[in-house]
Amino acid sequence: MAGNDRPLSPDLQIYRPQLTSVLSITHRLTGIALSVGSLLLVGWLIAAAAGPSAYATLHGFLASWLGLLLLLGWTFSLFFHLCNGIRHLFWDAGYGFDLRTIYASGWAVVVISIGLTLVAWIISFGMRGPHP
Amino acid sequence: MTQKHRLSSFDRTQGLGSAREGVRHWWMQRVTALALIPLTLWFAASLIAYIRDDYSVLILWLRNPFTSVAMVLLLTALFYHMALGLQVVVEDYVHNDRIKIPAVAVIHLASFALAAAGIVTTLRIAFGE
Repeated sequence: MAGNDRPLSPDLQIYRPQLTSVLSITHRLTGIALSVGSLLLVGWLIAAAAGPSAYATLHGFLASWLGLLLLLGWTFSLFFHLCNGIRHLFWDAGYGFDLRTIYASGWAVVVISIGLTLVAWIISFGMRGPHP
Repeated sequence: MTQKHRLSSFDRTQGLGSAREGVRHWWMQRVTALALIPLTLWFAASLIAYIRDDYSVLILWLRNPFTSVAMVLLLTALFYHMALGLQVVVEDYVHNDRIKIPAVAVIHLASFALAAAGIVTTLRIAFGE
C-alpha cells in the first residue's frame, strides 16, 4: 500500500449515483427526519392531554403551509423508511441479494412509498374537504 | 499471539469483541423494526381516520383501551429503534471519542425521556383527569 495520496473510494465527487446508494442514504435521512417527527408525536399527545385549546393551537400550526409541508415530508419519510426497512429485513434474512432483485425491490420501494403517501393524503383531504 | 486469547466468531456475537456488545444492538434494531411495521401502519391509518375529527372524538379514540396499549407499544418500539438508529449515525460520522461518546449518551437519554413523556401522557389520557 505505497502512496497515501490516492483518492479514497468511493470518491463522491466523481462517483455516479446509483439507485442502491441513493436509497441507502435516503433510508438514513428519512430515519433522521422521523426522529425529529417523533417530537411532534409526543407534542401532539401532550397537547391532546392538555385540553381543547392547546390542541387547537397545535392543529392551527399543522394546518398552516409550513405545518402541511412538514407533515407531507414526514408522511413520505414514514412510508419510505417502512418500505425500505422491510427490504432490509429480507436482506437480513438472506433473501434478495442478486443484482436484479436488488434493483427491482429498490424501484418497488420508490413507487410504493410515493404511492402510499399520495393515497394517505388523497384520503385525508379528498374525502373530508379542506383542513378544519 | 497465543491461540487461547483469540476470539471465535461466536465469542464476538456474545459480546466478547472490542465493543463488548455482541449482536444485541443489531438484533434489537431488527426486533423493534418488526414491531414497528404493524404499529406504524395502525397509527397512520388511525390518523387518517381520526385526525380531522373533533377534539372530543380524538380523545374518545385515545381512551379506547386498545388504542392506549398500541400507543404505549408504538412509543416503546419507536424510541428504542430511534436511539439505536441515531447511535449508528453518530458512530459512523463522528470519530472523536470526546464528542461521540457524549453524543450517544445524549441520544439515549433523550430517547428515554421522550418515551417516558409519551407513555405517561398516553396513560393520563387513558385514565382521564
